[in-house]
Amino acid sequence: MSSDQDHLKETDTEARFEFKKEERSSFQAEKGLTEETIRVISEDKGEPEWMLKRRLRALEQFQEMPMPTDWPGQPDLSEVDVNEIIPYIRPDVETRESVDDWTDLPDDIKDTFDKLGIPEAEKNALSGVGAQYESEVVYQNMQEQWEEKGVIFCNMDEAVQEHGDLVREHFMTKCVPPSDNKFAALHGAIWSGGSFVYVPEDTTVEMPVQAYFRMNSEGMGQFEHTLIIAEENSEVHYIEGCSAPKYSAFNLHSGGVEVFVGEGAHVQYSTVQNWSKNTYNLNTKRALVEADGRMEWISGSMGSKATMLYPSTVLKGPGASDNHITIAFAGEGQNIDTGAKVYHNAPETKSTIESKSISKDGGRTNYRGLVHIADGAADSSTSVECDALMFDNESTSDTMPYMEINESTVDVAHEATVGKIGDEDVFYLQSRGLDDDDAKQMIVSGFIEPITEELPIEYAVELNRLVELEMEGSLG
Amino acid sequence: MATLQINNLHAKVAEEGGESILRGVDLEVNSGEIHALMGPNGSGKSTTAKVIAGHPAYEVTDGEITLVLDDEDVADIDEEVPAEKREWDLLALEPNERAALGIFLGFQYPAEIEGVTMTNFLRQALNAKAEEREELFEDEDEDEAEADEEESGYDTSPMEGNPDDGEIGVAEFQQLLKEKMELLDMDEKFAQRYLNAGFSGGEKKQNEVLQAAILEPAIAVLDEIDSGLDIDRLQDVSEGINALRDEQGTGVLQITHYQRILDYVEPDHVHVMIDGKIAESGGADLAEKLEDEGYDWVREQVYETA
Repeated sequence: MSSDQDHLKETDTEARFEFKKEERSSFQAEKGLTEETIRVISEDKGEPEWMLKRRLRALEQFQEMPMPTDWPGQPDLSEVDVNEIIPYIRPDVETRESVDDWTDLPDDIKDTFDKLGIPEAEKNALSGVGAQYESEVVYQNMQEQWEEKGVIFCNMDEAVQEHGDLVREHFMTKCVPPSDNKFAALHGAIWSGGSFVYVPEDTTVEMPVQAYFRMNSEGMGQFEHTLIIAEENSEVHYIEGCSAPKYSAFNLHSGGVEVFVGEGAHVQYSTVQNWSKNTYNLNTKRALVEADGRMEWISGSMGSKATMLYPSTVLKGPGASDNHITIAFAGEGQNIDTGAKVYHNAPETKSTIESKSISKDGGRTNYRGLVHIADGAADSSTSVECDALMFDNESTSDTMPYMEINESTVDVAHEATVGKIGDEDVFYLQSRGLDDDDAKQMIVSGFIEPITEELPIEYAVELNRLVELEMEGSLG
Repeated sequence: MATLQINNLHAKVAEEGGESILRGVDLEVNSGEIHALMGPNGSGKSTTAKVIAGHPAYEVTDGEITLVLDDEDVADIDEEVPAEKREWDLLALEPNERAALGIFLGFQYPAEIEGVTMTNFLRQALNAKAEEREELFEDEDEDEAEADEEESGYDTSPMEGNPDDGEIGVAEFQQLLKEKMELLDMDEKFAQRYLNAGFSGGEKKQNEVLQAAILEPAIAVLDEIDSGLDIDRLQDVSEGINALRDEQGTGVLQITHYQRILDYVEPDHVHVMIDGKIAESGGADLAEKLEDEGYDWVREQVYETA
């Protein structure tokens, strides 16, 4: 027995978790999400009692809430059986151990890496297995440089241990409470991993803070939590996810992102993500913005079978502002339902939403948005622009913008365009020497340009390449 | 000197029961020449232009379009170009392949492509054209070898990108663009604007001529490049067209309604199209006669002979 225990100390968390599962036959036999499962997760992470309580409370809420099924035109979630959720951890953990071997990755993911031209060593790093030499080095350097200024950037599990007070105050309390929606509750119960960023008053972090997902090495990383706290007059740009697809035997991703933007602070949250085509991507992301603060969401969502994601911003203080830029791409069998929500709860608040979607081969994109201007939010303004681009007559795109305006002195603009990739446009470019594929690729690159121009160059390049691969239909 | 030969060209709108528009067009344009193609609305002038370039909206039901190249036209090809690769059946080729061989279509209503800067577009077009040319003139064994090479994958990091073999570099291209824009009296800012997006009618026409100047086609078909231009812009555009012929030896098929542009771009040949056929051909004086007397007399001639 003692040699077993020694062995366990040398292995990582999930292997021990797995071991515990073996020990508790009742647990292994039981399907569905139970209190015992949550206790195992929490104990395994050595979490304080308060976090365990929060998890258990979230679990209760998850069990009480119905699945969202009555939204017009929403993706079909009938395949997402919550009673099957926990057993899915098993394949994830099992494959994680053998995924050091490149050949065990699913073909579509390997293909993508190949097409992106990523060498083997780098592939391992991007799939979260090997040493992430590039990002790790940057990460360390930044830590040293910022530690002196009081900036914190670490893994979320670590934050619970080392920055307990900050986390306890902010974690799923005022920003994304588990009661928000069924998947936020699920996330609250079984979250794991993610990033914690804290920027003190009057501090500007000049370089973007970059976090790569480490799905496989973090085990249940499909429920990662990101908590960003930017104090008064601070500034930070957080970039999440490398554009490399995440390996997943799992079929549900339910992340949570909470951003606190203090008075006069500025936070930009950028993400370029590419999910495998069997993933249900159901996330909750929200920012609370104090007076004169500014929040910017920039996201490129690729892959997944179905995505439901509406990053939202609550403009709490006068003069607070928000800017959303999103892009979605849906190919065959995919339904990407995404948009933005903004609550103007104070005067002189301002928001802009730019949403772009591309659909092809019968793919379906929806823009679902909500702008709420509260009574008393005088002199606020909002502008919503949704553009959809379709490749063919089989693909669909719907725009569902809701506007709730309870104040008269406001400026509201909404504009939506839906277009097919025009034969005339393609012919024009072909007549200049580009072949059919390159012509379409150029039109799509131009279409998403407002997003790529906001991203650091390497992310922009990768986003373009991913779009290119999606258009070849080669990601399977 | 390249020659574009159009023989007995018949074309209809590409759908079931589509209207027949071209009913036996014969035309020959050599590089270095300027031809004006005139005629009333609906006579088939624009259709002729689009069919030459390979527009998918039209179906050719009879006739041929051939492009014949000479030594000068293939001087950029490393290897000896054999006789069978001197004569191309354009109807069998994709629009981009026709472009690569030296066909250029200047549009009356060019597409607006958001998010794609002029610089980026033109450089990509130039490189695509060069690459396609190489493939067209390459012999087939080499073709296969190259395909194998491509399949074996990349060996560079995605951040570095793939090495651009033989492509025109950014700096070199910018110099070329700057020169050509100066020639057309275009503002430098154009280079960073999105392709035709928000361009005035005149700017779009100038842009079409600029593209022809950069892509250096053997034959440029310019579809009503003079419509909607004020007099200053008309002169700029005309200078650009003259430069295409004088400096690059491009053959120009100038489609126009009006005599006006022909005051600045003097045609070697003028053709009148009526009901999908060339009804009358002549020299520059024919255009003047049309200006004075309209198309009715040509139409009458057509009906008399019919």
